[in-house]
Amino acid sequence: MTWIFENWERFWEVTEVHLRLSVVPVVIGFVLSIPLGWWASRSQTARAILFPFANILFTIPSIALIVITPVLIGVKILDEINVIVPLVVYTVALMVRAVADALAAVPGNVVAAANAMGFRPLRRFLTVDFPLALPVTIAGLRVATVSNISMVSVGALVGLGGYGQLFTEGYQTDNTDKVLAGLIGTVVLAVLADGLLLLIGRLLTPWARVGR
Amino acid sequence: MGWLFDPAHWSGSTGIPVRLVEHFGYTLLTLVIGALIAVPLGAFVGHTGKGGFVIVGLSNALRALPTTAVLILVVLWAGLGDFPVYVALVLLAIPPIMAGTYAGVRAVDPVTVDAARGVGMRESGVLLQVEIPNALPLIFGGFRGAALQVVATATIAAYTGAGGLGRFVFDGLALQDFGQMLAGAVLVALLAVLVDLGFAGLQRLTVSPGLRPVGTGGKR
Amino acid sequence: MKRIATAVAAVMLLSACGGDPLTGGADNPAPTDTIVVGSGNFPESRLLAEIYAEALAAKGVKVSKKLNIGNRELYYKGVQDGSIDLIPEYSGVLLKYINKEAQEVGSDEVYAALKKALPQNLIVLDKSSAEDKDAVVVTKQIAAQYSLKSIDDLVPYCKDLVFGGPPEFQSRADGLPGLKAKYSCEFKEFKVLDVGGPLTVAGLKDNTVQAADLFTTDAAIKANEFVVLEDPKNVFAAQNVLPLINEKKASQQVRDTLNAISKKLDTKVLLELNQKLSAPDKPEPEKVAKEWLASAGI
Repeated sequence: MTWIFENWERFWEVTEVHLRLSVVPVVIGFVLSIPLGWWASRSQTARAILFPFANILFTIPSIALIVITPVLIGVKILDEINVIVPLVVYTVALMVRAVADALAAVPGNVVAAANAMGFRPLRRFLTVDFPLALPVTIAGLRVATVSNISMVSVGALVGLGGYGQLFTEGYQTDNTDKVLAGLIGTVVLAVLADGLLLLIGRLLTPWARVGR
Repeated sequence: MGWLFDPAHWSGSTGIPVRLVEHFGYTLLTLVIGALIAVPLGAFVGHTGKGGFVIVGLSNALRALPTTAVLILVVLWAGLGDFPVYVALVLLAIPPIMAGTYAGVRAVDPVTVDAARGVGMRESGVLLQVEIPNALPLIFGGFRGAALQVVATATIAAYTGAGGLGRFVFDGLALQDFGQMLAGAVLVALLAVLVDLGFAGLQRLTVSPGLRPVGTGGKR
Repeated sequence: MKRIATAVAAVMLLSACGGDPLTGGADNPAPTDTIVVGSGNFPESRLLAEIYAEALAAKGVKVSKKLNIGNRELYYKGVQDGSIDLIPEYSGVLLKYINKEAQEVGSDEVYAALKKALPQNLIVLDKSSAEDKDAVVVTKQIAAQYSLKSIDDLVPYCKDLVFGGPPEFQSRADGLPGLKAKYSCEFKEFKVLDVGGPLTVAGLKDNTVQAADLFTTDAAIKANEFVVLEDPKNVFAAQNVLPLINEKKASQQVRDTLNAISKKLDTKVLLELNQKLSAPDKPEPEKVAKEWLASAGI
C-alpha cells in the first residue's frame, strides 16, 4: 500500500489514463447501441443479425483484439484509439442486447396511450420509450462500465494500459506493492463508477426506484 | 489465415492440438472448482433468502477484479505454474455462477415451494428436488456466461509462461506475427462457441421440458 | 428530456476528468517541440529512458514519456511512425534487427555499420561504453555438471537441454538462428519465457530450462550465482547503450545533453543502477535516474 502514497503523482497519472480509456469507450459504445438496440427491439431480422454477431464478438479475447486492432485499422501503435476501439466493440456487443431487452419490456398500453395522444415516433421514443427503458439500460451500462474498467489493463501489453502498466512493471521488478496499487485503483474506480451510475439511474427514474 | 492451416503448426508439443487441449483443460477445471464454490453458496442464500445483499455485492466486487493483476500477484507470491492461472480464472468464474444460482433459486415460484413443504418434504428435499431443478435454466445461464469469460480470459495464462491458446497470441505479439496472433484469437473464439454449444446440449438433456431456457452472460 | 440531458452531461463530465476525450488521445501529434521518450518492456530500458527524459527536462526541453511499450519488434514501429522520438537502444541488437545479415561484432565496427544501416529519419548519437549483452546463462550446478565456460562447451549437450528466452529469441538473428548458424547448437526444446525477467530467472532456478537468455547487467545473475557463458564466435555482438532518436528532434542542445550522459555511462554504472532497482525497497526508475544524474553532475 505504501507505493500509492510514495508515488502519488505517478498513481494519479495512470488513474487519469485509466479513466479516459475506460469511460470514452462506454460513452461511444452506449450512444452507438441506442439506435442498434432500438432496431433490434422492433425487428426480428435485426435480432437475428445483431445478437449472434454480438455473441461472437464477445468470445474474442480482449488481449487478441487489442493487439490486432492497430493492424486492422492501420493507426500508429501507442495511439489510444487502439484500446478504445476494441472496448467500444465490447460495449456495443453488451449494450445492444440490454437496450433491446429494455425497450421490448416497455408496456404496450403505455406506448398505445402515447400514440393515442398524438406523439410522433421520435418524440415518443425520446420522452416515453427511452425513459421507461432506462432502469434496465442502466443496469446493462453498469456491467459494461465495470468490465471496461477491468479490461483496460490489458492494453499495458502494447504500452497503453493505465493501471495495467503498474501490473507489468510490478511483475518485472518483483514489486508486489505496485501490482496491488493498480489492483486497488481498478476496484475503487469500478466501485465508484458503478455507484455513480446507480445514483444517476435513481435520479433519472424517480418513478421506478428499482436501481439495482 | 495461412498460419492456421499450415500442417507444421498442428503437430508437436507446442502445436495447435496440444494448446487446444491445455486451454480446454484450464476452462473445464476452472468451471468445476468454480461450481463447487459458487453453486452451494448461491443455492444456500437463494433458499434461505438471507445474505442476498452480500452475494450481489461480492459478485460485483469480484467482477471488478482485473484478472491480470490477480494472476501476477499469485505468481509473485506462490511462484510460477498452473496454480496462479486457476486462482485468477476461478475468481472470474464465481460471480456469474453464483449470481445465476442465486437468481434461479430465488425466482422459483413460492407457491411451488410451499406445495413441496405442504406434501411433507424436508428443507434439503425442497432445495435439491424442487428449487434446484426449477432453477436450472438460470443456473445454466450463469455457467454459460462464466464459460465464455473463462475461455476468453484463459488466454492470459500465457503471460506468465503457462500454456493454452494464449501462447499463439502472446508469441505472435512478440514476433509481430499477425497470422499467429489471429489464429490464436480465432481458435479461442471457436472453442468458446463449442463449449457454449456443449452447455446448450447439456441444458436440453437435464432441464425439465416444462421450463424454457434463459441465457445470460457478461464479459471481461 | 431534461433528465436525459442531465445524464449525458453527467457522463460527459465523468469522461472529462480524464482530459478531453477527443484531444487527449495520441491521435493529436504532440507539439513538434516535445520529445516523446519511449522504452522497452524491461526495467533497464525504463531506467535509461528516465535518465534521458530527466536530463532533457532539466535543460528545459519539453518531454513526455511513453514507457514500457513492448519489445523491439513493437517499439521500433513506434519510432518509425513518429509515435516516439527517442529511445535507449543497444547497438548490436539494433543493427541485427535492421540488417539481419550484419556480421560486425566489435564495438566500433557495429557502431559504424549501425549509422549506415539506419533509415534516413533516424540517427543514433554517441555510444556509451556501457554494454548490456544478451547472453547464454546457466546455473552454477549445470555449469559444474557439464563443465561449461563458453557456448562452445555447451555444443555437445545442446540437443539434451531446454533453452528459455523471450518469444522473439526464436526468430532474431542474434537468437536461436545465430546459435545454430555459428555453433550448430540446436536445443531439444525452446521454452517461451520473458525478456530477461522473473520468468526466465525462475525457469533457470527450478530447472524448467537448463540454459536461458539473460542480460549481462542483470542483478539476478550475481544474486543467483548464475554463470554467463562466453561467446567466442560472437553471436551476440557488441551492445553499447546509445540513444536512438528522430533526426528532426535532435537539436544541438538535445545532442549535447544525451552525449554527456553516454560519456558518463559505463557497464559498472549500469550494473550498480540495476542492483539499486532490484533492491528490496524497489525504488521507482525515475528516482534512481534523478539520483544518478545528480551524482554524475549532469
